[in-house]
Amino acid sequence: MDVFIAAVQTLDSTVRLSVPLLLACLAGLYSERAGIFDIGLEGKMLVGAFAGATAAAVFHSALIGIGMAILVSTAFAMIHGFASITHRGNQIVSGVAINFIAAGSTVILGQAWFHQGGRTPALSAAERFPSIVLPGAAAVRDVPILGPIYSTLISGHSVLVYLAFLTVPFTWWVLYRTRFGLRLRAVGENPAAVDTAGISVAWLRYRALMCTGVLTGVAGAYLSMVQNGGFVKDMTAGKGYIALAALIFAKWKPVNAMFACLLFGFLEALSIRLQGTPLPIIGRVSAQVMQALPYVLTVVLLAGFIGKAIPPKAGGVPYVKER
Amino acid sequence: MHQAAIELIGINKSFGAVHANRDINLEVRRGTVHGIIGENGAGKSTLMSILYGFYQADSGEIRVNGEPTAIRTSNDAIAAGIGMVHQHFMLVENFSVLENVILGAEGAPLLKTSIAKARSELRRLESEYGLEVDPDAIVEELPVGLQQRVEILKALYRGAEILILDEPTGVLTPAEADHLFRILGQLKEQGKTVVLITHKLREIMAITDTVSVMRQGTMVATRRTTETTVEELAELMVGRRVLLRVVKDAAEAGAVKLSVKNLSVKDQRGVTMVDDVSFDLRAGEIVGIAGVAGNGQSELLETIAGSRHAASGTVILDGMPVDLTGAADPGELRRRGLAHVPEDRHHVGLVLAFEENQNAILGYHRQRRYLKGPLLNIEAILADAKDRIEKYDIRPADCRLKTANFSGGNQQKIVLAREMEQDPDVLIVGQPTRGVDVGAIEFIHKRLIAMRDAGKAVLLVSVELDEIRSLSDRILVMFDGRIVGERGSDASEGELGLLMAGVEQREAAE
Repeated sequence: MDVFIAAVQTLDSTVRLSVPLLLACLAGLYSERAGIFDIGLEGKMLVGAFAGATAAAVFHSALIGIGMAILVSTAFAMIHGFASITHRGNQIVSGVAINFIAAGSTVILGQAWFHQGGRTPALSAAERFPSIVLPGAAAVRDVPILGPIYSTLISGHSVLVYLAFLTVPFTWWVLYRTRFGLRLRAVGENPAAVDTAGISVAWLRYRALMCTGVLTGVAGAYLSMVQNGGFVKDMTAGKGYIALAALIFAKWKPVNAMFACLLFGFLEALSIRLQGTPLPIIGRVSAQVMQALPYVLTVVLLAGFIGKAIPPKAGGVPYVKER
Repeated sequence: MHQAAIELIGINKSFGAVHANRDINLEVRRGTVHGIIGENGAGKSTLMSILYGFYQADSGEIRVNGEPTAIRTSNDAIAAGIGMVHQHFMLVENFSVLENVILGAEGAPLLKTSIAKARSELRRLESEYGLEVDPDAIVEELPVGLQQRVEILKALYRGAEILILDEPTGVLTPAEADHLFRILGQLKEQGKTVVLITHKLREIMAITDTVSVMRQGTMVATRRTTETTVEELAELMVGRRVLLRVVKDAAEAGAVKLSVKNLSVKDQRGVTMVDDVSFDLRAGEIVGIAGVAGNGQSELLETIAGSRHAASGTVILDGMPVDLTGAADPGELRRRGLAHVPEDRHHVGLVLAFEENQNAILGYHRQRRYLKGPLLNIEAILADAKDRIEKYDIRPADCRLKTANFSGGNQQKIVLAREMEQDPDVLIVGQPTRGVDVGAIEFIHKRLIAMRDAGKAVLLVSVELDEIRSLSDRILVMFDGRIVGERGSDASEGELGLLMAGVEQREAAE
């Protein structure tokens, strides 16, 4: 039974840890499906996390916090758009620049405003998002097998966790059932087709980046206001890049993206779980090795098991009307 | 109702120093097929892009059905009833036909209703104009002829009364082109107006009612098609008299230079592309390989040139076998006197970002005369490049210019000059005049004949049946990877067309 409880707890932390990845991954899906590479997911999450924690601490409101996170993150997405859509700049360079600006500015502003070494003040319970206890969770807790699964794994998460997982079917619906989704997919494949159909390529791509900004903002808010009770320097810790890897692994499809993020979340949960625990045969492994495990596996998975991943054809190429 | 569907009055358009359209006046009558011809760079596409709202004219007026109409975006053009079928299809390749048709004309924010509406509308268009295509097929899996039909459907779905087609037959097989012309005929009968941009004179004569000729950005003449001739139009296009017919004497075939025996080639997926092909190529003759694109000619050519390896069979060059197990080394083949003009000059024949002189020696750059110790001998390279520019009349005559800035015909001349000037024994040529102007075609054809007359063996692959017929001394027809017939140069177009379609083979099998 201990093994079972441990497994449920690991899966529970898998869900929690995969949420920021999932939100960032879907964020990347909107922009990359529209033909804009976005290596700046990391930076946008980071500014979102910072803005969210700061606003929540200052205004004592979780809602204002997440609102600010979305606003600032979207503003950064628009900078990326201005550089890569309007001025047809290199999308990778622009994304890297955003990551640098985010990493530097959050620490500098945090230190200047709060004098806590780049941290923001610890958030009180009212300034964070409440967990949602689903009906009957307490009642079934003692039922064998299903009880712990329902009460630990399914119930009791932050509202943002449920929101993140609802974003998956929503994104699928947007992509495949709406006009906006049709155009979004088209502009990532052949912007000239969109242009000649009388649709503005630039405006369409800007709107895709807005979706990206909103989602990375929520991802950032989740990090600093749910997972953690405040902003810590570099708290995204490469999650934006893992999300990009998951996006490729998922072949740019929303439901696949969910499974890919759960997989990466699971690897992370497992590495936390196994820290300090002696393994059979190998024995005790240092914590650093366990922490590196998800990243190592990412490389292995991407190199070996992904099959043929065909990116949106126009990805990374600024649209210029041909002469 | 006003008789003219479109009037263009005093259109001017410049790109930097290039005056692409100069005081263009054009009147297209309703319910006619109006051809616009001119060489590459004459300004045809620019003019039509202005009409479709892709570019804006610097000055001038557009009237649609007599009404002055401002066309600033493609949306304005669509609203005015103008539809365009682009030379490079504006299709999303991994979308279905339906999705492509509704893109930009969805009507409602949710797709469900628009797809249902489009499905019934497509059925109507299909029966009305003979535009059959499976609405649920994925576009990239359709042959080009059908992809083009999707483009036409797109325009008609948007209610186009005026349809502009930009070089529509460049990618089509003769049979597909004929089908397209029938569709255009039906459109005309239904009262639609068709503007056809092309540089192929035969098409103009076959299908248009009126033809306008452009040269160097100006409109030089408009004629009724029945009142003009191919010769007159060619002269108007080029600005001088053009010899359309290739003049040549009978071949004096000599010793076998290249012998292909039971050659089979598979592609990456393991599909047999060339199936047990055997033939000989002799000195002093041109052997043409005819066939609808995609029947193995490209693979055959690439294998002989050493850039693809064979599954089985032998190739003997000048009595010595060529190593086909690994990819044969193209450099080795060059040294043994085999020159290759690849089908795809942009991706295989040239490095477009290089200067002209660098492309002029590419593949021969290890020859001692281009080297000075370990370094390139720039003076020698430039001298050779200048010499060839003069000899092959490559324009502009600037060997330091980036190759991408030359027109298609001149780029092709750069490749031909490079390969022919090596004085090879065997020349294999793929699509020598694809996307090349009338004037340059004449030049290239003369050169190929001159090679033959100098006793070289020439293997020609082309999807242009006219070209194959006028140049070749013997014609081999490929279908589905096999050589299905050999004919003399006097074979009729119909006979070859049937062979190309695999008809005779099928009958024999029955």
